[in-house]
Amino acid sequence: MNIEVSRRGLLKVAGVGAAGTALGALGFGAAEAATAAHVRAFKLARTTEARNTCCYCAVACGIIIYSKGDLRKGETAEITHIEGDADHPTNRGTLCPKGAALKDFVHSPDRLLYPKIRKPGSSKFERVSWDDVLDRIARLMKDERDKQFVTKNAQGVTVNRWTSVGFLGASACTNETAWLTWKVVRSAGILAFDNQARV
Amino acid sequence: MTNSWTDIRNTDLAVVMGGNAAEAHPCGFKWVVEAKAHRGARLMVIDPRYTRTASVADVYMPIRQGTDIAFLLGVIKYCIDNNQVQWEYVKNFTNATLIVKEGFSYQDGLFNGYDEQARKYDTSEWDYEIGPDGFAKVDMTLQDPRCVWNLLKEHVAMYTPEFVERVCGTPKEKFLLAARMMGETSSPTKAMTSMYALGWTQHSKGSQNIRSMAMLQLILGNIGIRGGGMNALRGHSNIQGLTDVGLMSELMPGYLNMPHENEVDIKTYLSTRQFKPLRPNQTSYWQNYPKFFVSLQKALWGPVATKENDWAYDYIPKLDKPMYDVLQTFELMHQGKITGYFCQGFNPIMAFPNRGKITASLSKLKWLVIMDPLETDTSRFWENHGDFNDVDTASIQTEVIQLPTTCFAEEEGSLSNSGRWLQWHWPGGSPPGEAKHDNWIMGQIFLRLRELYRKEGGAYPDPILNLAWDYANPHEPKAEELAKEMNGKALADLHDPKDKSKVVTKAGQLVLNFSQLADDGTTSSGCWIYSGCFNEAGNNMARRDNADPSGLGTYAGWTWAWPLNRRIIYNRASADMQGKPWDPSRKIIEWDGSKWAGDDVPDIAPTAKPEEVGPFIMNAEGSARLFARGMMKEGPFPVHYEPFESPVPNPINPKIRGNPAARIFPGDLAQLGASEEFPYAATSYRLTEHFHYWTKHNRVNNVLQPQFFVEISEQLAQEKNIPLGGWVRVWSKRGSVKAKAVVTKRIKPMICDGKTVHVVGIPLHWGFTGFAHKGFGPNSLTPFVGDANSQTPEFKAFLVNIENTTPPEGN
Repeated sequence: MNIEVSRRGLLKVAGVGAAGTALGALGFGAAEAATAAHVRAFKLARTTEARNTCCYCAVACGIIIYSKGDLRKGETAEITHIEGDADHPTNRGTLCPKGAALKDFVHSPDRLLYPKIRKPGSSKFERVSWDDVLDRIARLMKDERDKQFVTKNAQGVTVNRWTSVGFLGASACTNETAWLTWKVVRSAGILAFDNQARV
Repeated sequence: MTNSWTDIRNTDLAVVMGGNAAEAHPCGFKWVVEAKAHRGARLMVIDPRYTRTASVADVYMPIRQGTDIAFLLGVIKYCIDNNQVQWEYVKNFTNATLIVKEGFSYQDGLFNGYDEQARKYDTSEWDYEIGPDGFAKVDMTLQDPRCVWNLLKEHVAMYTPEFVERVCGTPKEKFLLAARMMGETSSPTKAMTSMYALGWTQHSKGSQNIRSMAMLQLILGNIGIRGGGMNALRGHSNIQGLTDVGLMSELMPGYLNMPHENEVDIKTYLSTRQFKPLRPNQTSYWQNYPKFFVSLQKALWGPVATKENDWAYDYIPKLDKPMYDVLQTFELMHQGKITGYFCQGFNPIMAFPNRGKITASLSKLKWLVIMDPLETDTSRFWENHGDFNDVDTASIQTEVIQLPTTCFAEEEGSLSNSGRWLQWHWPGGSPPGEAKHDNWIMGQIFLRLRELYRKEGGAYPDPILNLAWDYANPHEPKAEELAKEMNGKALADLHDPKDKSKVVTKAGQLVLNFSQLADDGTTSSGCWIYSGCFNEAGNNMARRDNADPSGLGTYAGWTWAWPLNRRIIYNRASADMQGKPWDPSRKIIEWDGSKWAGDDVPDIAPTAKPEEVGPFIMNAEGSARLFARGMMKEGPFPVHYEPFESPVPNPINPKIRGNPAARIFPGDLAQLGASEEFPYAATSYRLTEHFHYWTKHNRVNNVLQPQFFVEISEQLAQEKNIPLGGWVRVWSKRGSVKAKAVVTKRIKPMICDGKTVHVVGIPLHWGFTGFAHKGFGPNSLTPFVGDANSQTPEFKAFLVNIENTTPPEGN
């Protein structure tokens, strides 16, 4: 954390001049360079940074997410910019056409905001509360499991399996989520468990 | 990947076959460009399309999709015939010298033991002769006609350059150029890397495609060295991790196997998994299987898993089928045998083959739970979108529950990249609306289910009631807590095996790595191969030292790689029988007379003598397998089989359709098309501007690539009178799509078996939800059949027809 703070502090002081010079060298006019330099300073001094990984392919390019507000201080943080992480050995700051548009993914108009249910035969989703929907899921699972759980096969061997419900894991989840998911799914006895790895 | 993205810089020849790295993995592909620019490496691309990877290649050659095995066995034959073999490597590091049982045989496309009705082999004869000393017999001189090398030589004899040209459509001279260039890397000072992706896996013989190249790489001595290896370019940010953690029907974390119901108790289950070495002095590391299994059971059920109850063996569900892969599961759903289904960040109606069957199957569910950051086509499979999703909404009686989750930018944890690096990341933003972390959602589902069982009792509640759940906040387990659980901890004081009076890890502390795991209940570990990721030294996955002292791209201080922070697996094979590097400029590790040391963690016991202990420590032989024994469903050697839908008959045995050992359900067999009705060879692919069905929800990506299209050659366009940009209908035995026609020079007709074969390219990024124009995916057309071993669907080779049409309705 100290290194992070001092680096950011240093950039606040020194970064503006350096960025201005570099932009001038790239052929920006004086006015554009001044604007760009101003924006750069804003990004460095007024936002918080988080090190993250691109969510698309498994090159796993390092990225830096810039936000207004600091999650580490318990604040609400709004992502304002995402760029390649120059420290990362694989991508060294570069991003592809997908990675360069990551902010559009985060702020997509199609992000889901609320739990919803589509009732059988209905032509629409209806908003529900988290509490109700989670109780509903647990109830559906419990009733189905109690009905379909197989403790012994025809030979009398203990098999303790539940095959009438399946679960697809997500290959964009973290390893930690994957482990937690494994625990929950397998302890219920589910066998139809898979992920994108072979699709 | 056996190696890493940054290691590609060390190659002399990058072969991209079965992938398109420049477009699908652009920032990783830069390391190929780096190798070309700074060490004069060459790039070879073998693909039905002239891709952007091909556009920067030194050598490009076309190949008909689904014929990679014929091509690669042709290269193997060329290398054997022309002495392009790294002999010391082949004799010592592969099973070339081992003697195979008399019962093994091969004729006309089939091995011994085939049962045509069951589409299965009896594999018992596909094994070694065992000598009186209990070890496999060998002939180091390679004279015995039954040694693997001679059987291989005989097996590949028919794959001549003429045969390759006839089957693959690759001109003979081009093929010979490829064989020559690959063969040159048999020099101990030359390296070739194989970079592949779903262009190889999505075939009914995908596993054997990859095996063919792995065999070639072994013959050339290119496995375990810098700039070499078999490098699967994985397609999702954590698809490697989800495989590692075992989110597959037949797996447990760390590539342990789910027990089958015929493994009636733990003794039976473990008895076949302790892999006695097949040659003297070999490591056969899976001998440690019981330690990893017992430690996993302790991580799952803590004090309840005891020696007396067989470490809670009964708590694990037992399989009644080889696996419940997605094809098997949707077949059951189609038969009405599945009631409820969860999709955590997955879009089956666009991602699984034969969309008509997928929609019909989902419609039979009582309930479907979607967890996703975005709208998906699957979550709205019941909604009518004209031609794009023509369903009768009112008749679909499935209850659909849609839960909003966070995305990568709002969460913490590790992802495993293609090169097995576990990279920790931190959240940058607050979740939108009421979106929740997956950990919270899974925690809530579990706690509520457990509460119902506590209150009401019910069917065998024990594994649920007793599941270890010791999190500071049980409602939302934290990423660090879960990572520590996977790493594992000591449940009692652990002693130094050499000096029992010394405690190396105290009870309650995190274990150093999996070398400390035990089978007596004194350790726990949720995923043994990840053990070492978060130990008493801290969160090793969060390390950010990007120093590279060797200058060869190792980056050992950057995050953490499994296993044991090893960056190049099989790296013992980078040195000769005396332990000296084959190529000093590519040194990884070296034997100094008493131990192995170098820039990477040695993939061998540190004091294992180089002349005694083989480099392939997971194999009971200690060597790599050119002959796969009974481990591959369709045979110990790869054979060229046509795709299930092919423009030409099987050239070896016209009676065989597809992979003879691939599972196909009767309804799906009836839905296969023939070339008379569907004359064109179709394939699917990604575009560089899009990622699956995610970026159709993003403005920028849709500006770059707005609309679904199919790609055809100028010759086919002329034949069918299809104008550039015109609407075409493309259909198979299973479905139909409408698309804009892109007429290009990137696809050219090939001549195979005396016949002109036209290729139709179908990209996969569209659907009926999102920002983009509505469109279709290749899965409306593709057959419901998978690879015999992995069940990966055959998306890359199928048959279609094409004609001019009118625009689709409902856009």
